[in-house]
Amino acid sequence: MTDDSRFGLARSVTLAGPLRLDGGARLSPVEIAYETYGSLNADGSNAILICHALTGDQHVASIHPRTGKPGWWTRMVGTGKPIDPARHFIICANVLGSCLGSSGPATIDPATGAPFAMRFPVITIRDMVRAQALLLDHLGVGTLAAAVGGSMGGMQVVQWAATYPDRVRSAVVIASTARHSAQNIAFHEVGRQAIMADPKWNGGDYYAAGDPPAAGLAVARMAAHITYLSEAGLTEKFGRRLQARPNNANGAKSFGFDADFQIESYLRHQGISFVDRFDANSYLYITRAMDYFDLAEDHGGLLANAFTRTATRFCLVSFDTDWLYPTKESRAIVHALNAAGAPVSFVELSSPFGHDAFLLDVPELNRVVDGFLRAGEKA
Amino acid sequence: MSELRPDLAIIAAHVAPASRVLDVGCGDGELMDVLRAKGCDARGIEIDATNVSLAVGRGLSVVQGDADTDLVNYPDNVFDYAILSQTLQTARAPDQVLTELMRIGRRAFVSFPNFAYWRVRLSLAWGGRMPVTPALPVSWYATQNIHQLTIDDFRAFVKDRGITVEQAWFLSGTRRLGEAAANLRAEHAVFLLKR
Repeated sequence: MTDDSRFGLARSVTLAGPLRLDGGARLSPVEIAYETYGSLNADGSNAILICHALTGDQHVASIHPRTGKPGWWTRMVGTGKPIDPARHFIICANVLGSCLGSSGPATIDPATGAPFAMRFPVITIRDMVRAQALLLDHLGVGTLAAAVGGSMGGMQVVQWAATYPDRVRSAVVIASTARHSAQNIAFHEVGRQAIMADPKWNGGDYYAAGDPPAAGLAVARMAAHITYLSEAGLTEKFGRRLQARPNNANGAKSFGFDADFQIESYLRHQGISFVDRFDANSYLYITRAMDYFDLAEDHGGLLANAFTRTATRFCLVSFDTDWLYPTKESRAIVHALNAAGAPVSFVELSSPFGHDAFLLDVPELNRVVDGFLRAGEKA
Repeated sequence: MSELRPDLAIIAAHVAPASRVLDVGCGDGELMDVLRAKGCDARGIEIDATNVSLAVGRGLSVVQGDADTDLVNYPDNVFDYAILSQTLQTARAPDQVLTELMRIGRRAFVSFPNFAYWRVRLSLAWGGRMPVTPALPVSWYATQNIHQLTIDDFRAFVKDRGITVEQAWFLSGTRRLGEAAANLRAEHAVFLLKR
């Protein structure tokens, strides 16, 4: 199997499709960029799908090609980690609509020979999941030992369990939600409007000019980044501390509009470095998919109905300082699973890092995920 | 494995193999572990995050939650047994918790410290002080036991509600006692209830 070109890092596949989308359109072909780690065992029982968040990608535990940084979840995935290539066959795919090789607005539309831009169909979380299911078919994976994800990745995992209950034995949903709240939508809309207000956005047609709406996308990222952190975390890290400037050694205020405070400088850096690795139109499409997400709505308004025939085991984790997808959102999923009689574990962990805690070093998270996955492997 | 607390050992011995069990206030899952080994489908609720992490880390299905607020989310009759060990006296509304317990489970095990135990009575009657005993180890200001009760209180309570006592066990430390004068002699009690 090591010779099989379907497996390994930096893979991509063009599937004929068509993929029927929730919005009514059909996508054909469907390009999916992905990575696999470890090898599928003889009975195909050790596959774990990792679903990434809004601005994540398939490089879960490998060097990112554009930033040169290590994978985004090396704390969870790797040798001796809860998700371990020595034991698991790990799959991580760039989501539909994104910009690291899977079909999205920057993809060439075969009908016109030009990038889709805003002519790319609007997609949903379920469309992303259906595309991943096509990839699993291509890889010869029938049933997943587990689907695992945080934030938007967690939304995909609950959608997986609802759409393909027979293909997921265990589901790990971290810092996530079964629906986007008004506040979640509001923050996303601020980001989208920042992009669209940038004249370089040009209705989405900026690829040919090679001059993307970087300023708008950076502002979108800055606004979003605030929602990933806790107020206490920001205060601890930056407080009201001022930037040190060469001509102002004692750090006095400049009484100007440069990044006077450290938090301003930090956010600007976050915004600027983001535009080097992300496409503005993809940001529009993926935030839209998240906003449309409401799993209960697809099941007669009752979330428990999404899980009525599930045999999947669930593990949910929230963080006490996460105000983007607060604990009550996880609890709503837990209550629905209880009502459906599904086996579920849930814990709210303590962390100062806000929503971002799922990406950071929280040893308790690793212990919970490791114990949960191992119990599923014994069964 | 360390030895089970005496009330848990009684419960573990009397849960039928391969039954569906909800352990309310399951701690780090020590009883659930034993029940799982008996082929039971055991689920737990626990309020303390560290305990929940430990329990999930050993592969148990445990949800962080509060007996007072979260039992309402379970459907009727889904468990053969609902277990409430050393938790009734800590509930804000023990009567409602017991109602929920009897709704969710066909049977319920309930264990609690007996406030009419003779040492407790002595402490109050002679010492004039709130009792601190092995079963009630924490001082008045820090105790989680906000609804103290006695064995006779509990018997009267379940009788009022038309709940049947199928079996009862009485303990002084780890020692089993007979039913005679249990309200005076027993430090704690375990009841098996049926609707």
